Amino acid sequence: MSSRDQILKSIRNQIVAAVDHPGLAGDWIRYDDRVAHFSSVLAAVGGVAHVVDSSEQILAQLKQVPAFAAGKKIVSLCAEVAGNVDFAAVEDPHQLEDVDFAVLPAQFAVAENGAVWVDDADVKHRVIYFIPQHLSFIVPAPANAADAIVDNMHQAYERLSFGEPRFGAFISGPSKTADIEQSLVIGAHGARSLNVFFLRQ
Amino acid sequence: MKAAQHPEEAAKFVANDARAHWHDQALWFVREKRDRMAVSLPEWEELRNTASQIKLHTVSRMADYLEEFERNATKLGAVVHWAKDADEHNQIVLSLLQKIGAKHIVKSKSMLTEECHLNPFLQEHGIEVVDTDLGERIVQLRDEAPSHIVLPAIHIKKEEVSETFHEHLHTEAGNNDPNYLTEAARNHLREKFVAADAGITGVNFAIAETGGLVVCTNEGNADLGVSLPKLHIACLGIEKLVPKAADLSVFLRLLARSATGQPITTYSSHFHGPRPGGELHIILVDNGRSNLMGSSQFRNSLKCIRCGACMNTCPVYRRSGGHSYGTTVPGPIGSILAPSRDSKQHKSLPFACTLCGSCTDVCPVKIDLHHELLEWRGEIRKRGQLPMSKTVPMKLTSWMMQSPWLFRFVGAVGRWFLRHLPRWAIYHGLNPWGKQREMPEAPKQSFRELYQIHESKKASDE
Ligand code: SF4
Repeated sequence: MSSRDQILKSIRNQIVAAVDHPGLAGDWIRYDDRVAHFSSVLAAVGGVAHVVDSSEQILAQLKQVPAFAAGKKIVSLCAEVAGNVDFAAVEDPHQLEDVDFAVLPAQFAVAENGAVWVDDADVKHRVIYFIPQHLSFIVPAPANAADAIVDNMHQAYERLSFGEPRFGAFISGPSKTADIEQSLVIGAHGARSLNVFFLRQ
Repeated sequence: MKAAQHPEEAAKFVANDARAHWHDQALWFVREKRDRMAVSLPEWEELRNTASQIKLHTVSRMADYLEEFERNATKLGAVVHWAKDADEHNQIVLSLLQKIGAKHIVKSKSMLTEECHLNPFLQEHGIEVVDTDLGERIVQLRDEAPSHIVLPAIHIKKEEVSETFHEHLHTEAGNNDPNYLTEAARNHLREKFVAADAGITGVNFAIAETGGLVVCTNEGNADLGVSLPKLHIACLGIEKLVPKAADLSVFLRLLARSATGQPITTYSSHFHGPRPGGELHIILVDNGRSNLMGSSQFRNSLKCIRCGACMNTCPVYRRSGGHSYGTTVPGPIGSILAPSRDSKQHKSLPFACTLCGSCTDVCPVKIDLHHELLEWRGEIRKRGQLPMSKTVPMKLTSWMMQSPWLFRFVGAVGRWFLRHLPRWAIYHGLNPWGKQREMPEAPKQSFRELYQIHESKKASDE
């Protein structure tokens, strides 16, 4: 008998009383001001949120980030900001090893934990979310920034669907560690800084 | 081989009083962060109840959900393997690596691969395995085991990290700055990521409905490790399953808040199938889990999401260190899981517990940890595995208690001796209560005598 069948048989041989799935309906938390809550949670985990109306405003903010101003290799997958790497032409993700800064699209944000959701549907190398020294996300916001932010994770999963080969992630702030005597250090393996722009359209 | 027992191992840790206090405080600090997060959500208890129910439901339908997961993961292009035990798991990993001639592997945190002793196994076969979580890398370079499931290097001081890095990564001697040391590790590990032939990850949650996997880290090491090389091997204990993607909302809200007091981990990555041009192999591992499922007493322990909150709050863990448990998963939950594998080897662990119940209070999936620990004590007695130091005094006490005059006599003699014997006669190896603490001074009168005096005084006052 294969291990698969042995394991399944061993499980089916156990007597376990049936328990119903509890369902997920609940009175889950909501925030009066999602933008303010998102921004303060993101700040607490080391990121910065901005609400902007135009690509000029994004550029103006980015220029104040030293890593962007000094960045030699910049990947941008957003029309609002120009990069200097032809991402589509990159064949091997290893070529992205020395990217200084990346400006990437994110789909929506979550107020309760300061996370944005990203996926690789239109992003050829998913390593771009992890390998740049610094990272910025642009989140499209239909009329006002709050439209791009859900209150909690239950609402977040209502917006998501899975079913095809795909990578997706909630990313909340820059990479960090506290493994040396619980001292928080920003910039463990991934991005050393993270800016999130809500772009009103 | 005589199994090392918790009291002896803990004694070694406690011998360094300053370090034991430092360890205690470091973990209490994490516990307090968890508390602040728990109170920030009015629905905290509702979340715990829901999480607990979802897990129980999943366990009650485990075989169906595993099959559903396999079907969906395969549809997405992943290859699903099944391993009944640690050996089979290790063999599968090895054969996958050998097939592509992989020599350098990066691995993100996985308690399952620790449980299976994967690293030494692969190293014996000439494969370099680099743990990429900073805490795990520190303990790996020091040739130690993690002492905590979420904070693997919580027992190590920054001066010691500095020495280790000086030796292995050639950092400045005596530079103890965590920023400096983390930067050195970042550069060192980035070289390893770029050079890796394959990436191995653990799995926090697997979704039956979609065939997807979720891996949570703060450092992004799992993601870097599997998005450069073509081969991703995901090692997954069968209890990590949840029925639907939407169920993750509950677990992702609880996990990081309970673990480190963060609202969510920095990266919560959802892998559905391999990346274009890559391969994803998923190994479903039983290794004793299916047996636990049938046990009504201990089935609850399968709900564990490995947040570590029970360790951070446990007064015994905090003061005795993770290594004193001698298991992959230490602390309250480890003291339940380990004896279920081998109760003889790990019989001392359920007795390390003070039954204070703090672990049960913080557990995000509502495992009744201290009840299970008490159950285990009974179980160990039933199996005749109690040490004589526990059975002989119990029998003597029971005999003495059955005879009131003997009880009174022994008490009087004991009080007299405790007050008049020299220190060496009281503080010695046979009196564990005299270790690391002063015995209280023995009173001149017994409770009974005091009571009688009190009663006769009351009678004469009336
Ligand atoms: S038993 Fe509960 S508190 Fe302990 S690690 Fe598991 S989920 Fe966390």
